[in-house]
Amino acid sequence: MSERKLLLGNDAMAHGLVESGCSVVASYPGTPASEILSGVALWRERYGVPMHVEWAVNEKVAFEIAYAAAQSGLRAATAMKQVGLNVASDPFMSAAYLGVTGGFVVISADDPGPHSSQTEQDSRLTAMSAKVPVLDPDSPNQARELIAAGFELSEAFRVPVMLRPTTRVCHANQDILPGPVAPSERTAAFVKDPTRWAATPVFRHKLHLELEEKLAGIAAWEPTAPRLLNPGVSSGKALVASGVAAAHAREVLEDLGLRDVIPLWQVVQPYPLHTAFVERLLADYDEILVLEETTGVMELQLADRHRVKGKRSGFVPEVGELSPELVERLVAAFAGIPAAPSVAPPTGGGRRPTLCPGCPHRASFHAIKRAAPKGIYPSDIGCYTLGLNLGGVDTVLCMGAAVSQAAGFYHAYKLSGQVPDIVATIGDSTFFHAGIPPLIDAVVQDARFVLVILDNATTAMTGNQPTPALGWGAGGVPTATVDMEGLVKACGVRFCRSGEPGNLPAFTALMKEAVAFARTDGLAVVIARQPCVVDRTYTGERPPKRAVRVSDACNGCRFCTTQFECPALVYDEETKRVVVDTLVCSKCGVCVDVCPRLAIEEVGK
Amino acid sequence: MTGGEQLIISGVGGQGILFVTRILAETAIRNGMPVMTSETHGMAQRGGVVISHLKAGEFSSPLVRPGRADGLLAMKEENIALHRHFLRPGGWIVANASRVPAGLEGHLVHVIDADALALEIGSPQAVNLILLGFALARLTDAGLFCSTHQVIATIERRLGEKGALRAASLKALRLGMERAEA
Ligand code: SF4
Ligand code: SF4
Repeated sequence: MSERKLLLGNDAMAHGLVESGCSVVASYPGTPASEILSGVALWRERYGVPMHVEWAVNEKVAFEIAYAAAQSGLRAATAMKQVGLNVASDPFMSAAYLGVTGGFVVISADDPGPHSSQTEQDSRLTAMSAKVPVLDPDSPNQARELIAAGFELSEAFRVPVMLRPTTRVCHANQDILPGPVAPSERTAAFVKDPTRWAATPVFRHKLHLELEEKLAGIAAWEPTAPRLLNPGVSSGKALVASGVAAAHAREVLEDLGLRDVIPLWQVVQPYPLHTAFVERLLADYDEILVLEETTGVMELQLADRHRVKGKRSGFVPEVGELSPELVERLVAAFAGIPAAPSVAPPTGGGRRPTLCPGCPHRASFHAIKRAAPKGIYPSDIGCYTLGLNLGGVDTVLCMGAAVSQAAGFYHAYKLSGQVPDIVATIGDSTFFHAGIPPLIDAVVQDARFVLVILDNATTAMTGNQPTPALGWGAGGVPTATVDMEGLVKACGVRFCRSGEPGNLPAFTALMKEAVAFARTDGLAVVIARQPCVVDRTYTGERPPKRAVRVSDACNGCRFCTTQFECPALVYDEETKRVVVDTLVCSKCGVCVDVCPRLAIEEVGK
Repeated sequence: MTGGEQLIISGVGGQGILFVTRILAETAIRNGMPVMTSETHGMAQRGGVVISHLKAGEFSSPLVRPGRADGLLAMKEENIALHRHFLRPGGWIVANASRVPAGLEGHLVHVIDADALALEIGSPQAVNLILLGFALARLTDAGLFCSTHQVIATIERRLGEKGALRAASLKALRLGMERAEA
């Protein structure tokens, strides 16, 4: 492959993994990291290289599978988003102490902004507390290059290495000249060494000492040392930037005419910060502006901080993305020149995200609200989080918490008397990821609520990756399957029934049964089973199409638009009635059973 | 700064904004230009506003700063108001709208009712390419970095093996081009 190609940052990293002779890659999908593993599966097939590539059931499992390969001398990687790293933090912390034999790259993608995450946490801080070196790319191409550098660093010091891209790297596309692919010649060779691989606390103390020595060496490792992007410029002031902030800063310096005025240092390894660089920085410059997302990780490692302008000093905001316009203002202020007047975006306006037209989750939420109108609705991470627009979601904490929170609400209310109806929702992939242990706990502790598993046969939010129930894995390869009903029943649940939410009357009746069971008999599980409307990988049957129109019986009460919120139902200010936008209607027909005046009818009926 | 070109392409989820961005970006590469694009994924895509930044030329940041875009391609009328602040003075707007909205002085504005045309040809998902074809044909003087022919070549390359989709895509693109001349 010798021509320049437009590659998504995640695809570029995937190519970097395959280029570097990586043999095992495991991941759980999470925006913005999801496309890395699918990219690896694609390149693996394209080049015909032998690799094990898998969608693991969660990040902890993904991490441990890849880590074992790195313990066996192979090159291995795992990819996740920043909150996914929390799930894998247990093995992550330990792996730093035990180290690796082959190269091990942990990709943890951060989401400053945050565009599609619960937090703006900085994975580099987690790496810092685990004592794992981090590389921080500024672009898709640099992310690809740092994969190779990461493997070299990892093997030179026998430590896991973190690559920390952000949304603007993962989801930017760039023209890239990919490197040649050379399949790895290594074979797995695990060397038993229980004092290391199964180290008891006494040995861990020794391993910690070793790790500190390694870090000192890494802080002097030439290939990842900071780079002066505009050599020959001298000034009392210096800019230090990492990640995409470095890319913004480069362009902004140029536009402000400061490229030959202020030196710009790009740090590709924000932790551990190179010792010689820190000394030089403090010796050569009086004033230093540090630009990094999201937390001041480099800044924390700079002693003599009164000369440093950054997040700690309050010069750079602690919250949110460092947008290029913000970087422009900060650099101008630092240089003491006027910035271009800022152009404010309009306030308000725009559409809020909502479930797709015809999405089965919308029907499920509607049925839930009918069956338990005064209920508490704990929910979880996925498309269905958008059910909060519909009033069907009251809590969203983290993967799997819908189940444990539902149990928690039950126990809390039971102590003080009246228990309300509690209906929790969780997606199929999320259920496999983190829903099973809390379900077991709920059964054992006799928590009484309804758990609705929204089974749309995919991991929809992140781009339709497979779940363990489907029988195919990364790159479409066949896998064994896990039966969800069997699993639920084996957890000790006595009420476990499935239904199709698109058949709203029947599904609502099923929900009412489940709510009644939960009030008197115990935990009930309803599996709401209907395929995702935008899943192109789905090959099974779909419900028949039912085109709809709104009749003259519509009085414009807006029940359907506010309570059901299908984007294809539009309130027309002129006629004061609702119309169907046929450009977006998916012809699911569910709204026929939503309008209280029966004003929505099937065409041709 | 660099003689490059910065565009904003915006609309709502499901309108094929990523596809249009990719076609333009690949055309830029064929023209020997470095290119970066940046778009919304995940949550916002679900029927919410989707925006994509495209920079062809010597840039390093993946994002367009407000006040710097050379053009705005709006797949819905409401996106004009939402994203006009990205435009530089004199930047162009090409929008899917039934009429030219008021208050856009200082910009070169072209509109086409791509929704109606898409329904006419019975292909609701064609709005993006109708608008792109229209933009390419109308902007010959405003200096877009690529020509209609180059874009057709990119679509043919990209959808080469997908006969029916390629034909439908080119049909939509040509429909937009024809209406630009009318
Ligand atoms: S269609 Fe039915 S629910 Fe919707 S506004 Fe009209 S009467 Fe109300
Ligand atoms: S049939 Fe009704 S509920 Fe289904 S997509 Fe169309 S308008 Fe929305």
